[in-house]
Amino acid sequence: MDQEQNTAPTRRTLGGWLLIAVPYLWLLILFLAPFLIVLKISLSEVAVAIPPYLPTFDLAEGWAGFTESLSQLSFENYIWLTEDDLYWKSYLSSVVIAGISTILTLLLGYPIAYGMARSPQAWRPTLLMLVILPFWTSFLIRVYAWIGILKNEGLLNQLLLFLGVIDEPLVILNTNIAVYIGIVYSYLPFLVLPLYASLERLDGSLLEAAEDLGCPPWKAFWNVTLPLSLPGVIAGCFLVFIPAVGEFVIPDLLGGSNTLMIGKTLWVEFFNNRDWPVSSAVAVILLLILVIPIVLFQNQQQKMSEKNG
Amino acid sequence: MTRGPTWFNITSLVLGFSFLYLPIVLLVIYSFNASRLVTVWGGFSTQWYVALLDNDQLLDAAWVTLRVAFASACIATVIGTLAALVLVRSGRFPGRTLFSGMIFAPLVMPEVILGLSLLLLFVAMEQTRGFWTVMLAHTTFASCYVAVVVQSRLVGFDKSMEEAAEDLGCPPVKTFFLITLPIILPGVIAGWMLAFTLSLDDLVIASFTTGPGATTLPMKIYSQVRLGVTPEINAVCTILVAFVTTGVIAASIATKRQQSQREKDERAAFGAEG
Repeated sequence: MDQEQNTAPTRRTLGGWLLIAVPYLWLLILFLAPFLIVLKISLSEVAVAIPPYLPTFDLAEGWAGFTESLSQLSFENYIWLTEDDLYWKSYLSSVVIAGISTILTLLLGYPIAYGMARSPQAWRPTLLMLVILPFWTSFLIRVYAWIGILKNEGLLNQLLLFLGVIDEPLVILNTNIAVYIGIVYSYLPFLVLPLYASLERLDGSLLEAAEDLGCPPWKAFWNVTLPLSLPGVIAGCFLVFIPAVGEFVIPDLLGGSNTLMIGKTLWVEFFNNRDWPVSSAVAVILLLILVIPIVLFQNQQQKMSEKNG
Repeated sequence: MTRGPTWFNITSLVLGFSFLYLPIVLLVIYSFNASRLVTVWGGFSTQWYVALLDNDQLLDAAWVTLRVAFASACIATVIGTLAALVLVRSGRFPGRTLFSGMIFAPLVMPEVILGLSLLLLFVAMEQTRGFWTVMLAHTTFASCYVAVVVQSRLVGFDKSMEEAAEDLGCPPVKTFFLITLPIILPGVIAGWMLAFTLSLDDLVIASFTTGPGATTLPMKIYSQVRLGVTPEINAVCTILVAFVTTGVIAASIATKRQQSQREKDERAAFGAEG
C-alpha cells in the first residue's frame, strides 16, 4: 500500500516542508492524540464528575502535573475486563460472528466475482458500477431495509407462508442469523471488488492449456483458478472481517438481546452506563485484537504490490 | 477470459445482484404504501413524502447533516489531496511510516473506536460539542479516504509535463494548479463525493462527537428505527438513496465523457503531427 517513488534526494523547500506539515499535524492532533487519550483514560478511575473520570489531565499544570497524574494511573479497568465474563464473551463472540460472516460472504461473493470476470467485456463496467453503487448508499438504510424483510410479519415470512413452505412465521429478526445476513449484505462489495480484480487479471491461456490436456472444468477451477485468485480472496476476507469485528449498527438493529458483539458492548458501556474508563479499556483491547489481522493484511498487500511492480 | 457467459455465471450474477438490490427496491416501493402497516400493501400514495415536509425535527436534522457533509467534504478534500501528494511525491522524510500508517489505519478502524477517541479528545480540549466537533471528526476520517483515492490517481501519473513546466521556470504552486490538479481532478472529485457521502451516512462517529442542537439525519433515523419500521422512515431513506444514486451516476457519466473527449483530443493531436 505504501507507494514510494524514489525521487532524487530533494532539497526540500519551505513549501515542501509545509506540504508535509499540514496533513501530518492534522492527523497527529485528530487521530494519534485521541488514541493516546483513550489509552490514558483506560488507566483512570471512574468518578462522579464532568468529565466522569479521575485523574483529569490538565495541560496548565505542565510536566509536574503530568507526572503526578501518571502516578495515579491503575490497571484496574483491565483487571475488571478479565473478571466480568461479559467482556471476554463479547470479544470471542464478535470474532466468531465476524468469522462466520466472512466465510458466508466469500461463498456468496466468489460466484459473483467469477461471473463478472467471465462476462463479456462490454458488460463489465456496468456490472462493476452495480457492485460499487450499494457501497455509496447509507449503511444504516441498507441495514434498516432488512428489518422489514426479516420481521415475523415481514415480507420474507409472508412470501414463504404464501408459497406454503412454512406453516408459521420463522423468527429471524433479533437472532444471530439476521446479524450474519446483515454483515454479508453490507460487506459483500468489499469482498467482490478485490476478488474480481484478481480474477480478471487471470491468464486465460492457463485454463485453455488445462482444457486441452483433458482437465475437466471443475478440476481446472480447483487447480488453476482458485489458487491464482487466492490473493484476492485473502484481501477481500480481511476487508470484511476487520470492520465486522467492531460492528455496532448491525448487531444493534438486527441482533437480539443475547447477540454479543464488542462494538455494542462498548456503546452500552459508554452511553448507558457512562463508564468512560471501562469503555476506553474495551477500545484498547479491541484495537490490540485487530492489530494482528491489520498487520497481516498490510504485509499481504505489500507482497502483492511488490509482485505486481 | 472472453468466452461466452455460461448459465452458471448468469445465474450467480442474477442471484447476487438481486440480493444486493432487492432490499433497497422493496424499501423504495413500500415508501409509497398508503397503509401505515409497513408490510401490508394498501395502495399507492405519496402521503408520507408530504408528511415529511411538516416534520420540522427531521428537516432540521437534514439541514445540519448537509452542512456538516459539505464543510467536511471540502476540508477533507484539501487535506486528503495534500496527504496523497506527500505519500507519492515527498520521498523519504522522518516519520513517513507513521504518516502512511495514520492514513491507512482509519480505513479499517472500527467506528466505535474512532468516535470514542475523538470524543475524549474534544472533552480533554474542553470544546463544546456540536456542529464543529462532528465536522472535524468527519473531516479527519474522510480525508484518509480522499488520500487513498487521489493517491491511486497520482501513481499512474506522467511526471514529464510537470518537469517540463518546472524547467521552463514555472513556480511549484503554479505548476500544481495548472498541470497536476487538472490531471488528478477526476480523483479529487471522486474523493470529494466519497467524503460527502461518508459524512452523510455516518451514525456512530456523529453520535459520539455531537452535542445538543446538532442531531444529524442518521441519528434521527436511528432513533426512529429503534421504535419500529415506519413509512416516513422509508420515505426519508428513499430520498437519500435517490440523491446519492443520481450523484454517483451523473459523476460517472461525466468522467466517462471527459475521458473519451480527452482520448479524441489526443488522437487529433497525434493525427495533426503525422
